[in-house]
Amino acid sequence: MLQVSSSPHIRDSATTQRLMLDVVIALIPAILASTWIFGWRVLLVTALTTGTAVLFEYLSRRVMKRYNSIGDMSALVTGLLLAMNLPPTIPLWMPVVGSFIAIIIVKQLFGGIGQNFMNPALAARVILMLSFPAAMTRWAILAERARSATAVVADQTGRLDLIATATPLYIMQNQGDMPTYLDMFIGIKGGCIGEVSVLALLVGAIYLIVRKVINLWIPLTYIGTVAVITALAGQDPLYHVLSAGLIIGAFFMATDYVTAPVTRNGQIIFALGCGIITALIRLFGAMTEGVSFAILLMNLLTPHIEKWTRPVPFGGRKYVKG
Amino acid sequence: MLRFGHFSGGVHPKGNKNTHFYPTVRLDDFKEIHIPMSMHIGPPCTPVVKVGDLVKVGQLLGEASGPMAVPIHSSVSGKVTAIRKEVSSAGRSVEVVLIESDGQYTRDESVVPPVVTDKESFLQALRDSGLVGLGGAGFPTHMKLRIPEGKTAEFLVINAAECEPYITADFRQCAEHPDEIIEGVMLVMQYLDIPKALIGVEDNKPLAAEVLKNELTKLELRQNLKPDITVHLLKTLYPQGAEKMLVYSLTGREIPSGKLPIDVGAVVLNVSTVRFIAKYLKTGMPLVRKRLTLDGSGLTMPCNVNVPIGAMIPDVIAHAGGNAAEAGKIIMGGSMMGVAMDRPEASIIKHNNAILVFDKKEAEIPQETQCIRCGRCVEACPMHLMPTMLDIGSRNKDVEQLEEYHVLDCIECGCCTYVCPAKRYLVQSIRAGKGYVRQAQAKAKEGTK
Repeated sequence: MLQVSSSPHIRDSATTQRLMLDVVIALIPAILASTWIFGWRVLLVTALTTGTAVLFEYLSRRVMKRYNSIGDMSALVTGLLLAMNLPPTIPLWMPVVGSFIAIIIVKQLFGGIGQNFMNPALAARVILMLSFPAAMTRWAILAERARSATAVVADQTGRLDLIATATPLYIMQNQGDMPTYLDMFIGIKGGCIGEVSVLALLVGAIYLIVRKVINLWIPLTYIGTVAVITALAGQDPLYHVLSAGLIIGAFFMATDYVTAPVTRNGQIIFALGCGIITALIRLFGAMTEGVSFAILLMNLLTPHIEKWTRPVPFGGRKYVKG
Repeated sequence: MLRFGHFSGGVHPKGNKNTHFYPTVRLDDFKEIHIPMSMHIGPPCTPVVKVGDLVKVGQLLGEASGPMAVPIHSSVSGKVTAIRKEVSSAGRSVEVVLIESDGQYTRDESVVPPVVTDKESFLQALRDSGLVGLGGAGFPTHMKLRIPEGKTAEFLVINAAECEPYITADFRQCAEHPDEIIEGVMLVMQYLDIPKALIGVEDNKPLAAEVLKNELTKLELRQNLKPDITVHLLKTLYPQGAEKMLVYSLTGREIPSGKLPIDVGAVVLNVSTVRFIAKYLKTGMPLVRKRLTLDGSGLTMPCNVNVPIGAMIPDVIAHAGGNAAEAGKIIMGGSMMGVAMDRPEASIIKHNNAILVFDKKEAEIPQETQCIRCGRCVEACPMHLMPTMLDIGSRNKDVEQLEEYHVLDCIECGCCTYVCPAKRYLVQSIRAGKGYVRQAQAKAKEGTK
């Protein structure tokens, strides 16, 4: 029996699973760095989010009588990204709620991989943040890593080896003592698990770029826009770039395939929008952080941006009916 | 001004040009051949021989009916044993003339060089030769060269890009017959009054460009001839050899949607086609043999062969160490655009340029999964379409969306499907989408009558 199929008869080696695995690999440096900065609890939170994300993916597919999709590793990536967006001091039941929101509500109820209209991990983070603002903004780093600028707020965790701190953006808005550029680059500062070490994130980002999993259009446009606007507003753009979730947002969240436009021009407009909203929230908003909201808002615009930026077919002229 | 760039999009499949350095082997050992009476776009030929007739090489077997058809000639000498309907490699039922070869390859008396004096006699000769575009589409060359009223041909574009993986038949043509290629180019330029010719070769075959340039130098030194023919190395990027991409890469001109190369002043011919023209005007031997590449994991000895048209595929692949019965997949043509055959019993036709045989493992079709919207298909599409949107439109049978996203512009090159990490069957789905649009258009037309 001869196999009959439509051309082409050869395929590239890239698979969804391999792309997802690359993202997992790219996030490992950030997790290791975070563990060094915040302690073992980072691993616990990460294990919780990834474990429950995969479990929820499996259970929901089972209940909906659809094929088992945990093999594509997208649930694992969502779980990892969710951990990246949580503070290391978070009560341990919250990551489970976060996974539920990300996997069940945002992803599977809309049809699973490729169908969600916003980034599942970010949506979960924002819902958690609006629901439990105190727990979601309690920052603390290992005492032995803390340097002068970090000990601002009283220790609320009750743990002796942790020193509570604030995020650089909070410090900046309240005219506190800012950590040095180097500390911010390495990650000696308050923040979510995944956002603190710019160095570790960039190592992962370079891996993704070398592996051609992501391209530079979205991250560079996004970061550039934030830098330009904050500089125009008279603030230190470098602090803004190194602060909070911009690096992880630009390289790992805004580049999410499903929720960003597929067209090149669309990606640039999308990233511009993310940059503008992030900068505006940081400059004028009540919240210190704008990356999550900016990306989620632009996620919602993605279908429209894609429509506006449809490429002109080769041969230029408009297609004539009939 | 001319621009030598390249189109945007495209993919880099592994070249697999394993047969690059293998000179073409002439195969003559065929007991029986099956010559289909339809190897071109246009109406099939009517057989002019009967069962029991003795035929010779080059003898007319099928008379062309209508301007879009070309005659068909015998590729062997021997006895006609049957004339019957068979299912062709394209899956259509066609009349086939079966000839039992005597192995002598006796040349027919009718094979004499044609008398060509002007454009009309040139085009008539091409028609009589049975020539169709040898690049793969099977469009009669004399029709292609009939330049419509009011249009001028500024460039003759010669396609030696050979961007399909595996295939090296055109490269072998360049390496083995560069003199006749240049001669053919000059003949077409002369009779069609085209001032300039551009030969495009992908830069993974510098040798082909080199030998062709050498020919031009020889012409200049020996005969003091300086035809305006230039050879250009193009970036190795699939589908560089697609007509629209090639014209764009060589001239910087975009052929508008639904139009032909002549609309931007270009005439495109395959390198093997022009070589045949030169040979035919010298010998008068019609198109009865074809050079093709045999390759793929199902063959132990990949090679280039020159076989009589009508030879059966199982016999041909046996020469390359293949076994049709054990093959996983047999592809007529290249790995990106070729047609997978449902059974091996079909004949080599005029515009065949390769037979690929995949073993069972390579023939496996990947499991299709959900689109992750990575955008790779959009980046890869040389026609700048959005394959993912066409896929959705096709699966929903949404004619409006299919038209909005220009489904009919798709050239089915396969780039989108090649790069898709979710392994979606995009080309298959888009092809179906084209069908829905054409159906709807036909219906609309009927409604207005």
